[in-house]
Amino acid sequence: MSAWETVIGLEIHVQLATKTKIFSGASTAFGAEPNSHASLIDLALPGTLPALNREAVNMAAKFGLAIGAEINRRSIFERKNYFYPDLPKGYQTTQLAEPIVGAGNFEIVLDDGSRKIVRIHHAHLEEDAGKSLHEDFHGMTGIDLNRAGTPLIEVVTEPDMRSAEEAVAFARALHSLVSAIGICDGDMSQGSLRFDVNISMRRKGEEKLGTRTETKNLNSFRFMEMAIRKEVERQIDILEDGGSIIQETRLFNGDTGESRSMRSKEDANDYRYFPCPDMLPVVLTEAQLVELKNSLPELPQQRQGRFIEQYGLSDYDARILSADLATSDYFEAVTKQSGDAKMAANWIMGELAAKLNAEEKTIADCPVSAAHLAELIARLKDNTISSKIAKQVFEGCWNGEGSPDQVIEARGLKQVSDTGELQKMVDQVIADNASQAQAYRDADEIKRTKMFGFFVGQAMKASRGKANPQQLNELLQKALNS
Amino acid sequence: MAIDQDTVLQVAHLARLHVSTEQSAALAGRLNDILNLVDQLQQADVDHIAPLAHPLDADQPLRDDVVEPADFRDRVLPLAPASEGSCFLVPRVIE
Amino acid sequence: MTLHQLSLTELKSLLDDGKVSARELTDHFLARIEKLDGELNSFITVTAEQARREADAADAARSQGKAGLLNGLPIAHKDIFCTDGVRTSCASRMLDNFISPYDATVVERMRNAGAVMLGKTNMDEFAMGSSNETSFYGPVKNPWDLSRVPGGSSGGSAAAIAGRLVPAATGTDTGGSIRQPAALNGITGLKPTYGSISRWGAVAFASSLDQAGPMAKTAADCALMLQTMVGHDIKDATSVDRPADNYLANLDKPLAGLTVGLPEEFFPATLDDRIATLAREAARELERQGAKVVSVSLPSIGLSVPAYYVIAPAEASSNMSRFDGVRYGYRCQDPVDLMDLYKRSRSEGFGAEVQRRILIGTYALSHGYYDAYYVRAQKVRRLVRDDFVRAFEKVDVILGPTTPELAFPLGAKKNAPLTMYMTDIFTIAANLAGLPALSMPAGMIDQLPVGVQLIGNYFREGQLLNVAHRYQQATDWHRQAPAFGGE
Repeated sequence: MSAWETVIGLEIHVQLATKTKIFSGASTAFGAEPNSHASLIDLALPGTLPALNREAVNMAAKFGLAIGAEINRRSIFERKNYFYPDLPKGYQTTQLAEPIVGAGNFEIVLDDGSRKIVRIHHAHLEEDAGKSLHEDFHGMTGIDLNRAGTPLIEVVTEPDMRSAEEAVAFARALHSLVSAIGICDGDMSQGSLRFDVNISMRRKGEEKLGTRTETKNLNSFRFMEMAIRKEVERQIDILEDGGSIIQETRLFNGDTGESRSMRSKEDANDYRYFPCPDMLPVVLTEAQLVELKNSLPELPQQRQGRFIEQYGLSDYDARILSADLATSDYFEAVTKQSGDAKMAANWIMGELAAKLNAEEKTIADCPVSAAHLAELIARLKDNTISSKIAKQVFEGCWNGEGSPDQVIEARGLKQVSDTGELQKMVDQVIADNASQAQAYRDADEIKRTKMFGFFVGQAMKASRGKANPQQLNELLQKALNS
Repeated sequence: MAIDQDTVLQVAHLARLHVSTEQSAALAGRLNDILNLVDQLQQADVDHIAPLAHPLDADQPLRDDVVEPADFRDRVLPLAPASEGSCFLVPRVIE
Repeated sequence: MTLHQLSLTELKSLLDDGKVSARELTDHFLARIEKLDGELNSFITVTAEQARREADAADAARSQGKAGLLNGLPIAHKDIFCTDGVRTSCASRMLDNFISPYDATVVERMRNAGAVMLGKTNMDEFAMGSSNETSFYGPVKNPWDLSRVPGGSSGGSAAAIAGRLVPAATGTDTGGSIRQPAALNGITGLKPTYGSISRWGAVAFASSLDQAGPMAKTAADCALMLQTMVGHDIKDATSVDRPADNYLANLDKPLAGLTVGLPEEFFPATLDDRIATLAREAARELERQGAKVVSVSLPSIGLSVPAYYVIAPAEASSNMSRFDGVRYGYRCQDPVDLMDLYKRSRSEGFGAEVQRRILIGTYALSHGYYDAYYVRAQKVRRLVRDDFVRAFEKVDVILGPTTPELAFPLGAKKNAPLTMYMTDIFTIAANLAGLPALSMPAGMIDQLPVGVQLIGNYFREGQLLNVAHRYQQATDWHRQAPAFGGE
């Protein structure tokens, strides 16, 4: 295995979050009855012509601006000619020689914190095809053109990735970016992002690229990772047996874990690209680009850096909390209102994340508002409650019992910190456990450390957990050691 | 540049037209006549000329992203050679 | 004079003066079509009931003072324009059963102006042809001589007008398909500047060359129709956003100060002497009216036919891909699998000429040949365009014969398709350059009409109509009618 180097390039199809299709005013809304969102243009009726959606152009440009890539002020749509039932015109309108976004660099951060640049070759605008439905049509295939004409940008990378891990890191970062800048809804289950993976192998140290295969249409990070591992294994097996890799397109079935070849060499297509004569050059002015750039929100990477500087967070914490806008906003609100970034970070990444995961909720559905979490943190800081009790308060807020103060009041969870009261408690505990107290006084240092916990436990029980732990410890120490 | 029968068959396949081997010979002849006409283009001195894709010197106009109703099923499905529910039907496609 | 001998403009006067109703006109022409079109075969679909309803509606609108520019005027549309609820076949088996669910912009605009559609006219299949012999519905005959072709691809529209079955009709012109049949039928036809008229709903043949246009007896008639047809359409990105000229107001402008160019390339030694003579006589008539006639040169024009026969088939090969038997139109019987469905539907649905052009176009775009053919042809296109730009620095309009030969016998060019392509030799260049061009009747030879072509600078169709109108006021070639159909 270590004799081989994996070389991976990705082509990612990103569905743009426009309201209408790229060339027609039909809605892009998901889940409608078949062919109810298909205009005459989408159905490719004779005599129909494309009308380009301004927002699709703007979104593509925004992507280029967000990654600091070249933006081609003048780009051309071309026709990619091939026959397939979900491609109603018999060609896909796309871009080839002059795409809207040129070369750029995309930084990814791997799990170990190291960074890597993946070069973007270009990104271009194109239209999505319809859907072929193979079930429910008794041996025939049903064609639904609702998706036909949905705007896509296809982001093409250079073959810069060297492992499934790097490819997944890139895919996640891209997903995060396109969601953050609002050009894609990021809903993988609806196919908003689809990955084609180009994989080739070469011996370590070899400069020349091996023959690559393309695995198409992976629609989850998990499937992509599985597909890559499977294909690397398959290629190494062949190469080590002395065989050679056939350049082909493959499909990966995430459920079975199997991959297979999709198209044989005979059907290798000649797409006969030529500039679409129904369209004119798409031109962007400097003024438009400035406006688009100014409309970009803070990007995850910028935010990550800011979190480290502004709040003193660790690399890891900053990365997690800056990954999506909703989480970032929540974190910053809690920090602002509680005054403690570290505690906010710990609670959000700890208790909050655990409960969200367990109930399959996103932070948008979090029943504990930022204000409430901030209040909880404030009560911890001002010693109204101990950290153990805080978990109970958090539960209460989560279950809709009200704000932390309301929960503390209602459940009587205020920490007992009154020295007088605590002293009474300590005295009572020692009195109730006189023999153990004597045993403690007779014991050596080491034994004492072990036995001390018993008294803490008794006191906590007596106070129903509300004793201020630090004060209790102090008072117990004093009482036992006197 | 002359086309032979094999090329005719390949091109016909790309264009999804059925051409039999018998037909391909005659067709090659007809197409070569046209290509002879067209080969006059090779004599043109166009080294420093840019292609003219459009007589108009204009840029692509842009449309606002506003939804228009697009449910033409009751006009279009009746035109379909085969349909079921609201889908167009074709012989089973195997990928 | 009987109604069908009158021009569109004259009929409009009658309607405006209340001397005839729209319904009377419609009934009159429908009767002629019924009686005579069996011989001409110029119509694919006659929409008699709908026409009568539209005529009645036009009369009602007029009585309420709401008459549009074309109110009550009977016209026909080339069967390449989509018409809502009416078969739109493009003269192909592929669309024989296609009832369009929408109107082309041209159709909508003319209807909104009050025009009455009598039906859809025959044409070469998918506009690919110059003789109207490739139609699935059989060839159209030339009313001047029923054994001869009317030209194409707008042969049905031209023959119907010349045969006095309809006073005017729409056509489309990609390489001469309005002008050449106009010339062979002794009528007037105009292809305006590319982008003037919306292509929305006009089934695409070669997208960067196609333009719709009016066909009628006179330039004034064409101006009337053009006024309604021209306009920006946001549904067609290639349509020009500029205010329409007033074509009618400028028809009578005197020709003093006009410079007319005669390109030497339009008068080659091989050209039929008689046709050359008639063209020169037309130029002399313009001189008599105050124009100056000079010689110009368009050196690259000889390459326009080869360039066209790469560009047009290439674009067509892609435009024809949507006809796949899946969503509408012809599907073969019992397809075994998808490949069978595609290949048989297309091979059975398309005629031989369409298939040939698809093959040439596919080849020209294919890997390895794209640069040598398609890109090179687009470069030659620029050369041709630049020739005109230079010529128009010297002259206002260019004049020459529309076509190098008279209407030829049906079937004469069946085994010599290249000779068919060469009939477009004078018309093709204007499509490549996107310039406006018109054909007007300018004489007769052997009792067959001869047309003369005027080419203008960008957006100067108004000037072309003016020149043609002034010519027609001093001559009467445009008033000649064939014996066909009687008085």
